[in-house]
Amino acid sequence: MIEALLAPLGYEFFVRAMAAAALVGLVCAVVGSYMILRGLSYMGDAISHAAFPGVVAAYLVNGPFYVGAAVAAVLTALAIGWIGRRARLRSDTIIGVLFAGMFGLGVLMFSAIPTYVGDLFGFLFGDILGISVVDLVALALLGGLVLLVVAALWKQFLYATFDPLGAGASGLDVVALDYLFLALIATTIVVSLQAVGIILVVAMLTTPAATAQLLTVRFGRLMALAAVIGIGTAIGGLYASYFLDVASGATIVVLQTLLFLAVLVLGPRTGLLGRVRQARTA
Amino acid sequence: MTDAPDPHAVHAPPRDLATGRELPAYAAGHDLTLDHLAHHAAVVLQGITAGYDERVALEDVSVAIPTGSLLAVFGPNGGGKSTLLKVIAGLLSPWEGTVTVLGARPRVHARRVAYVPQAEQVDWDFPVTCWDVVSMGRYPSLGPFRGLRAVDREAVGAALGIVGMADHARTQIGRLSGGQRRRVFLARALAAEPDLYLLDEPVTGVDPTTQEDLMEILVAEAARGRTVVATTHDLAAAAEHFRQVLAVNRTVIAHGPSSLVLDEQVLARTYGGHLLVLGGSTVLLDDAHHHDESPRGEQHFHEGDPGAHR
Repeated sequence: MIEALLAPLGYEFFVRAMAAAALVGLVCAVVGSYMILRGLSYMGDAISHAAFPGVVAAYLVNGPFYVGAAVAAVLTALAIGWIGRRARLRSDTIIGVLFAGMFGLGVLMFSAIPTYVGDLFGFLFGDILGISVVDLVALALLGGLVLLVVAALWKQFLYATFDPLGAGASGLDVVALDYLFLALIATTIVVSLQAVGIILVVAMLTTPAATAQLLTVRFGRLMALAAVIGIGTAIGGLYASYFLDVASGATIVVLQTLLFLAVLVLGPRTGLLGRVRQARTA
Repeated sequence: MTDAPDPHAVHAPPRDLATGRELPAYAAGHDLTLDHLAHHAAVVLQGITAGYDERVALEDVSVAIPTGSLLAVFGPNGGGKSTLLKVIAGLLSPWEGTVTVLGARPRVHARRVAYVPQAEQVDWDFPVTCWDVVSMGRYPSLGPFRGLRAVDREAVGAALGIVGMADHARTQIGRLSGGQRRRVFLARALAAEPDLYLLDEPVTGVDPTTQEDLMEILVAEAARGRTVVATTHDLAAAAEHFRQVLAVNRTVIAHGPSSLVLDEQVLARTYGGHLLVLGGSTVLLDDAHHHDESPRGEQHFHEGDPGAHR
């Protein structure tokens, strides 16, 4: 059993993939903890889809995918924030417009490449086993930057998320914090693209944090728990996908979803079973 | 917030608050000028018009709130009470007029201001405990990377004690009763040790004991020289607990001691000002020397010596 578990560690590509999975699990959990409390899950989905034209553009000029993805994702995130403050449209409307518009642009560009032999599947659903050393270092730096910003401003983000009016009146620049947080989501998505791909990255952001919120009533613990769940499911899912010989990103996401459902049903705070039991004894 | 033209850029010539007329330069140090009031009042609003999108919520509001006031802002729902607080807090830029808060434009001294939103605007499922919420009162004074220092923890603990919530420090806020929730948010304001409290409906819909307790705290804060501005739509509470009242319905209808608008028996004990209530439009803070200039139709109310308040 132990030998079987250690076997894949003999492959360098697997070790790289594991490091990338742990990194993605951690960064997504940290940013996702704020994201779910701000009600920005749909925003996360939109930003990830908006990164697609950036990825394709990077391929066209033969640059690193994460630079193109970062430019497209951050610009779209800031544009959603900016338009939301000016146009009298609901934010989900603006997200809907830009989400589909940017993804459409990506598909259009992609289809215009006559000799394209790359793997579209990899962009959309991730290819963590194919991560290179250079990519891993770049993603570690980007992920580290995100964690550094959160470490510096976690209190300010928390106050501005919980009570934007009170925070703004007491001197915090809530508007700047909002934009900065959108940029953090965008950067986190870029870090995660290779691992889980454009379509599934929103699950990495929301599901571990949502699972943690079922288990605790304190934000600090929520984030710590989300990080444990995020890293654990990323590595566990990667292992499972190796042995089952299925897509790793999808396996990680399915594992996270199963864990969420298990906690929902069995968890001490919100457990549906507990409620049924209570109802019977009452 | 940054798009509106800077109202401070145009207020240079001193103006008579009563008439809006420009005063000659030598009158700059006179009692009636904005400059003078700005030094003696915690908040001065002059000719404020504000709203959301194209809807006007406040129109031509002028009022001076002296330091140490315990002021209830009351009026009908949608009458602009909350908007008034947001303008003072710097959360909403007025379309017209000048706002001076603690001697400067709004937000300059934001760390000396504590704002408490209405209970309905809070997400009570948010994963924070009472301790966490009260700690937020200290966050603006902490730099990046900094956690709570010993002095911050002391202030948080003291604030929880003052509002009687020390035993609930580790309770998630959603598990609190309505009254306890208001206590915790007042504790957050106390922990910030502000000079100006802006409280949106702090005692609305709470039990009588909580109302008494919270008002006792606010009275004490006002007695220490802090300025308390609270909205309420509870006229009885305003008459019973506050020293001054400001009646707002799109514009200022009246401003004076609570006895003026409500109960004759409850007198303003510390506010030694005097008020002019103009029929239906503007309130003016005047000075005894200027009675001969009063516009027609004003009523004057005097409460003691203008210099007596502390």
